[in-house]
Order: sequence, then C-alpha cells, then structure tokens
Amino acid sequence: MSSPEKIDCEKALRHLLEYLDQELEGTLQHQMEQHMSSCRSCFSRLEFEQTLKTHIRKSGTEQAPDSLRNRVVGLLKDFEK
Amino acid sequence: MRSNLAIETMPCSDDFEQQLTDVLDRLYAAALRMTKNRSDAEDLVSDAVTKALKNKDKLKDPASFRGWMFRILTNTFISHCRKKKNRPEISLAETDNENEEEFWLFDRLHQPLLLFWGSNPEQEFLNNVLREDLARALDKLKDEYRMVVLLSDVEGFSYPEIAAILDIPVGTVRSRLARARSRLQKSLWQQAIDTGFVKDPADRLRSETP
Repeated sequence: MSSPEKIDCEKALRHLLEYLDQELEGTLQHQMEQHMSSCRSCFSRLEFEQTLKTHIRKSGTEQAPDSLRNRVVGLLKDFEK
Repeated sequence: MRSNLAIETMPCSDDFEQQLTDVLDRLYAAALRMTKNRSDAEDLVSDAVTKALKNKDKLKDPASFRGWMFRILTNTFISHCRKKKNRPEISLAETDNENEEEFWLFDRLHQPLLLFWGSNPEQEFLNNVLREDLARALDKLKDEYRMVVLLSDVEGFSYPEIAAILDIPVGTVRSRLARARSRLQKSLWQQAIDTGFVKDPADRLRSETP
C-alpha cells in the first residue's frame, strides 16, 4: 500500500484536538501521525495541548467525603430491603 | 477509535455495589465542578445514586456502568437546576452560535514580547498553572462547556460516549469541546495577566513607547 498523501499544517491544526483525544482513525489518523513526526511546530502545539489536558485531568480529582460515603451505604442498605 | 457506549442486552451483574463504590470519588468530583458547592455536590450524587438504584435493572451491560452513571448524574444536575430559581436554566441540547475567534494559548505564549521567559515559555507557563487556576477557569465556563471538558479531559470519555451521556450529536461534542477549550485557555491567559504572572503585551508595548 502506498503511503497516504501528506497534509499541511493548516489541516493538521484543524484536527489537532481530535487527534489529541484519540478520535481519529484510518487515513487521517495516519496522516496526522506522519505530520506530527515531521513538523516540529505542530508537534510542540500537540505537546502543549496534551500537557494542559493532563493538568485538567489532575485538577479534577477529589475524594468523596465520609458523609457522602455513609449516605451511599445507607441508600444501598435501603434498596436491599 | 474507542468503543461507543454500548447498551446491549446482558444480565445485570451483582457487583453493582462495588462499581458504585469505585466510581464515587469521580462522581463527587464531577458533581463538585457542576454545582461549585460541596454540600450541593453531595446532594446531587446522593440523588443520582438513588435514581441509579431505582433503575438498576435497566442497566443492560455492566461494562457501560460508568457512562450510564454519569448520564444519570448529568440529568439529575439539569433537573436540580430547573428546580432552583436562582440559577439560570441550562440547556445541554442547544448549540451556542456565538462566533468567536479560535484562541490558542500556545500562540500567546509565543509572542515576541514574551521572550523574556526564555526558550520554552509554554512549558514555563504550564509549570506555573496551579490546580486552583484551572478550577477557577473551569468554573467560569458555561455549564454546557464545562460539562464536555469534564467528560473528556477529566473523565476520559470518548466523543460518542459523551454524546450518549449528554444526548447531543457527536458533531456537537466536537465543536463544543473546541470552543470550551478555547474559552478555558483564554481564561487562563486572563488570570495570568490579572495576577501579574504575565504582563499584558499591550501594556508592555504602551509602556515602552516613548
């Protein structure tokens, strides 16, 4: 199989977020991989978005308080009856 | 591509209780971002759990428990909002047609006037963004935007899964996520200027002009 047609930075940027979210497949996924491995500028952007995404994920962690855990245990018991 | 939120016919597993316990921290974290208040978040999760227990038999595939539970949480949040008069009614189905430029924080950080930050300004910026900065920027987003960021970036759901949770088309998930991230980045940039962490390039230009 011949390798897919190369894409330019404009197209790569348009699909950057979907690529970041692992939502692409087929030819476009392949073209993005290829572009990212050869374009330093787009790769830097991808890296930045990836790091920001990781920061957001980490900022969203919380521990459910005991009061809530107890409430849920109570609810589970109620529904067992 | 990752799998869709499968709703297939399979017997409900007995580990419902275990699955619920496992996902409780995540539900609480999401509820906290939705309600912005610890006590409301507890009430929200508790109501969602009650609904889940009542509808336990409707969960066909135990593997889709997390998506199913988040769908219940989201719907419960929407109905809570409708009951509260002090909160504007939110609509997760509508598309915001407001036109706005795409905002790339990366570009702002690469403006020539920021060169005093050295060779890697974006890394420097991200190293200094605090958990509270992100929480504040997330809180500022409109509900429908905050929700997609939560479900994608924090919870790691795929676009089809988010579409199923929010009951919106996949295309809307994609466009809303792009807009939400753009606004979030704009907000982080503004906070950095407000706290003096970065100097507004416009001000800098003004002060340097004789």
